[in-house]
Amino acid sequence: MRTFLLGLTMLVAAMLSSCGYNRLQAADEQVAAAWSEVLNQYQRRADLVPNLVNTVKGAAGFEQSTLTAVTEARARATSVQAGASLVNDPQAFARFESAQSELGSALSRLMVVVERYPDLKSNANFLELQAQLEGTENRIAVARMRYIEAVQQYNVLARSFPVNLTAKAFGMPLKSNFAVQDERQIARPPAVDLGFTPASGAAASR
Amino acid sequence: MRGLWRTWVAVIVAALASWALAAVPGAVAVPPMHALVTDLTATLTTGQQAALDTRLREFADRKGSQVAVLIVPTTAPEPIEAYSLRVVEQWKVGRRKVDDGVLLLVAKDDRAVRIEVGYGLEGALPDATAKRIISEVIVPRLRDGDFAGGIDAGVDRILRTIDGEPLPPPASPPEVPDLGRLAPILLLGPLVFGGMMRRLLGPLPGAGVVAAGVAALAWFLSGLWTLAAVAAVIAFFITAAGRGTGLGIGPFGGGAGGPGGFGGGGGGRFGGGGASGRW
Repeated sequence: MRTFLLGLTMLVAAMLSSCGYNRLQAADEQVAAAWSEVLNQYQRRADLVPNLVNTVKGAAGFEQSTLTAVTEARARATSVQAGASLVNDPQAFARFESAQSELGSALSRLMVVVERYPDLKSNANFLELQAQLEGTENRIAVARMRYIEAVQQYNVLARSFPVNLTAKAFGMPLKSNFAVQDERQIARPPAVDLGFTPASGAAASR
Repeated sequence: MRGLWRTWVAVIVAALASWALAAVPGAVAVPPMHALVTDLTATLTTGQQAALDTRLREFADRKGSQVAVLIVPTTAPEPIEAYSLRVVEQWKVGRRKVDDGVLLLVAKDDRAVRIEVGYGLEGALPDATAKRIISEVIVPRLRDGDFAGGIDAGVDRILRTIDGEPLPPPASPPEVPDLGRLAPILLLGPLVFGGMMRRLLGPLPGAGVVAAGVAALAWFLSGLWTLAAVAAVIAFFITAAGRGTGLGIGPFGGGAGGPGGFGGGGGGRFGGGGASGRW
């Protein structure tokens, strides 16, 4: 009886490995890791916002509407439940994605408006926050690119025969990916850069 | 049937998308890494290039972290950030696991400069510091056309910043011991104990015991089970053959590249940290 069970276990193990179960699990883990890096970087950006808003608020007569837009966009972005399960739920994924891109555009609008306030551009605290925001936007782009690659590997694997049967049997759905129009955005430098060029010039010429 | 058709379309789209991601059409190729300083624009004189390279190599030997410099004419159509990431992903500047690599990239005709910071140095050289080095040290000099001075001063600041960071010391022996360093064990083990074991246990069991011993020792010294397995096989044959000569010499010929050779990047990883500037 025990030899029979052992044989059965080994047979099942052999079948599982030949139908791509292990590879599917490895790819799944890869996607999870890439996704948590994406979340991590978005969180980093959200954490920067309160400091940034407070610093900008100090500038005399700063446009209140721009600041409100950023604060509200941040509140919406952080209110979306962003767990690891998000990648398996296309609708929640789309909600998360649109909330984050809204925060991204609110922030780049803020950085454009800042250009009109020379006080801010010579404020060391603000310059530091601006550099951090730029770096974070770039990290987000990198994390998203790596997530897109990981999901592609997983999805191609999960769709190809015979792994698709395994995926179905074990209830492993395809993962949501960032939409194609976003990839072009990734290829572009963070919009914040446009706002910084004159600022760095101003800082350097002093 | 329709479901199948849709699946196929999806697979094709996914394949096309992955291809499109792999290479932006017309993107500038990443040059091979032959030294820590690579100038594709002939901006630096040979002497300046050599001096900078020596300095960076000395720093890598002393502190462990690799700082590389690359000057290209342009990164178009890609932004400098995307190109810079491709370069460090290919070069793998910095040590493996420590991830303490830095790339200073200058795109001359784009009038753009970037400092790309490896994961392990994001604490020592945060984005704000990298930005300050660019806008206060490098950009003013580049704007005056002083490329050698700007790059030199920038590297200087980067090295000083890293120097203040406690990092694991550089490995004095190469990180992965090669077969050549294990040669004494491989030769002496079978020679000294081989004859004894052969006489006590017979040729094959004796060879097995010696091989196991050598494997354990090789594993203990190198930490690599693949190396241990190779060592075991070699020791087995040496002992079984009953001679310690001939068989053992062949595989141990080449050691690692001698001093002066450049080993390339060490396997550091990057996540997009750092800063860019334009002038």
